[in-house]
Amino acid sequence: MTKYVIRRLLQMIPVLIGATFLIFAMVFALPGDPTANKCGERPCPAEYVKKFEEEHNLNDPLPIQYAKYMGKLAKGDFGTSFREIPVKDELSERYVVTAKLATIAILFETVLGIFAGVLAGIRKGKFIDNLVLLSTLFVISIPIFVIGYVAQFLLGVKWRIFPVTVNANATGLDSWWQLLLPGLVLGSVSVAYVARLTRTNLVENLRADYVRTAKAKGLTTSRTIGLHALRNSLIPVVTFIGADFGALLGGAIVTEQIFNIQGVGGYIFSGIHNRDGVVVVGAVTVLILVYLLVNLLVDILYGVLDPRISHD
Amino acid sequence: MSTISTRRGNRAEAAAAPSKYQPQDGLLLEVDDLFVEFHTDDGVAKAINGVSFDLRQGETLAILGESGSGKSVTAQAIMGILDMPPAKIPAGQVRYCGHDLLTMPEDERRKTRGPEISMIFQDALSSLNPVFPVGWQIAEMFRKHRGLNKSESLDRAVRLMERVQIPAAKERVKAYPHQFSGGMRQRIMIAMAIALDPAVLIADEPTTALDVTVQAQIMSLLEELQQEREMGLILITHDLGVVADVADKIAVMYAGRIVERADVYDIYARPGHPYTRGLLDSIPRLDQKGQTLSAIGGLPPNLTKIPAGCAFNPRCRMADHVCRTDLPPLREVEPGRESACHFAEEVLRG
Repeated sequence: MTKYVIRRLLQMIPVLIGATFLIFAMVFALPGDPTANKCGERPCPAEYVKKFEEEHNLNDPLPIQYAKYMGKLAKGDFGTSFREIPVKDELSERYVVTAKLATIAILFETVLGIFAGVLAGIRKGKFIDNLVLLSTLFVISIPIFVIGYVAQFLLGVKWRIFPVTVNANATGLDSWWQLLLPGLVLGSVSVAYVARLTRTNLVENLRADYVRTAKAKGLTTSRTIGLHALRNSLIPVVTFIGADFGALLGGAIVTEQIFNIQGVGGYIFSGIHNRDGVVVVGAVTVLILVYLLVNLLVDILYGVLDPRISHD
Repeated sequence: MSTISTRRGNRAEAAAAPSKYQPQDGLLLEVDDLFVEFHTDDGVAKAINGVSFDLRQGETLAILGESGSGKSVTAQAIMGILDMPPAKIPAGQVRYCGHDLLTMPEDERRKTRGPEISMIFQDALSSLNPVFPVGWQIAEMFRKHRGLNKSESLDRAVRLMERVQIPAAKERVKAYPHQFSGGMRQRIMIAMAIALDPAVLIADEPTTALDVTVQAQIMSLLEELQQEREMGLILITHDLGVVADVADKIAVMYAGRIVERADVYDIYARPGHPYTRGLLDSIPRLDQKGQTLSAIGGLPPNLTKIPAGCAFNPRCRMADHVCRTDLPPLREVEPGRESACHFAEEVLRG
């Protein structure tokens, strides 16, 4: 197991270098003047342009630029955005928000998704099964911005159950409470997928020979289904949820926009919009790293859940 | 074997109070005119059509038949593990020590599975749960039925694994089913099934998925355990060769009915039903090397459309018009022999 983890961590190095170089090359190799718009309506003074180019090594060939940039990154220096705010500070602040949002969404899809999936699975073909299938199909079919705006309008504006938008200065429980509705919106589509995945796997496993054995052992129905069948059915579900968590930690551009959340998604989006290469490359590098780590965790978890998968 | 007033007298393993189920004169199981049908989109499949038999302590009954003859369904109906629906039991009784299992409250019946009647299946790999260690799966019987704690029940599991001759049982108690060979997996199934010292063990094609040498080992293990524990054993098989040495009596099933019943050696020496004779003729024999192996022509009937009269008549070389109209009852044709053929006497004469 330790060997496996070390091997996987080593494998991350080339992936990380390759991916960041691509991003770096794409962002910095794009035509356009990075100092444009930096000095208001007028073009920037020649001295400023020169200083800017030196600071960002813009006169070096691309690979050298990249190497110098990564060297700084490795020391924890993410540089500053064009607005002169250190990327590291803003990113870590926004990452807390994104992580909270992702956690709410994941908890929501795990609890409700598995619950609905189990209900549907053990009542296959009955009313509750059709209800789950139909409602999940409905949720999957609606774009997330529609769900977001409708939820914001009904639950926030009209019935005033939840805060309409998110206040970046909220702390403690408040910061969680105001992210609840966005989190539910963000997790809604995945709830549908989790419910369907759970249902399908449970239905299949209920027909399995070992479930028949569990019955023949004189176990109660709740143990037969709730332990023997469900334990096997949840293997692919947990994998899906893990991968989804990795994706959600990359930020949620649409949901963040709707609820005015200062998360990672919006940060990268505005970085791209403003051609702020330092922001984009820095943030994306962190995203890639987080995604790789979450995936490693999912793979390890998979081996724990399913003893037939060996990591040796 | 000692005479039996209370079951489970002489066994160290049994920590349980004496069972409330006590056999009368050694009679464990009575299946009485049992019917099972499956309601499917294609119609009603009549899987079992009036099956009756008894099982006594220490007795081994082999139920023989092709796929679709109803042998496995009979076993599952006795165990009460048929999925209902689609299965339905319109008539019949399954009495265990005088108690009708079919009308018993489900919770009471559930408690008979394991301590009283238990079952092993054909494919031990798919019949064991892939995500739990084998020792855990055996120990589950003690934890759920006897209320033993984790370590006590695991100790019992190790002892059972030793009893079914799994090498290095202590080290392998935490291993998973996929880490065992086919024969070892079937031994684990057997250990699980005998864990609570049941009075009846049903083995549904226990050796079909195994290779020949392992088949013989598993059969002799079953025979040994059965004699040691005075179990009633029901062996379900399509392979006469496998059961010949072990079984006392054989019931041959066809299209959901018992068509012949006799002692093993009588059936071997002189089959009393054309179907049984066909089955025997289709076993390859060394002294017939080079000759064409005979097979029963045609296919088993579609259970949604069982032919009128004798269900075997479309495939029977002896079939007469009476076979197409009248259903032959299972009747005693010689002392201790029953056959459901209009021409049983002729068949017996050879």
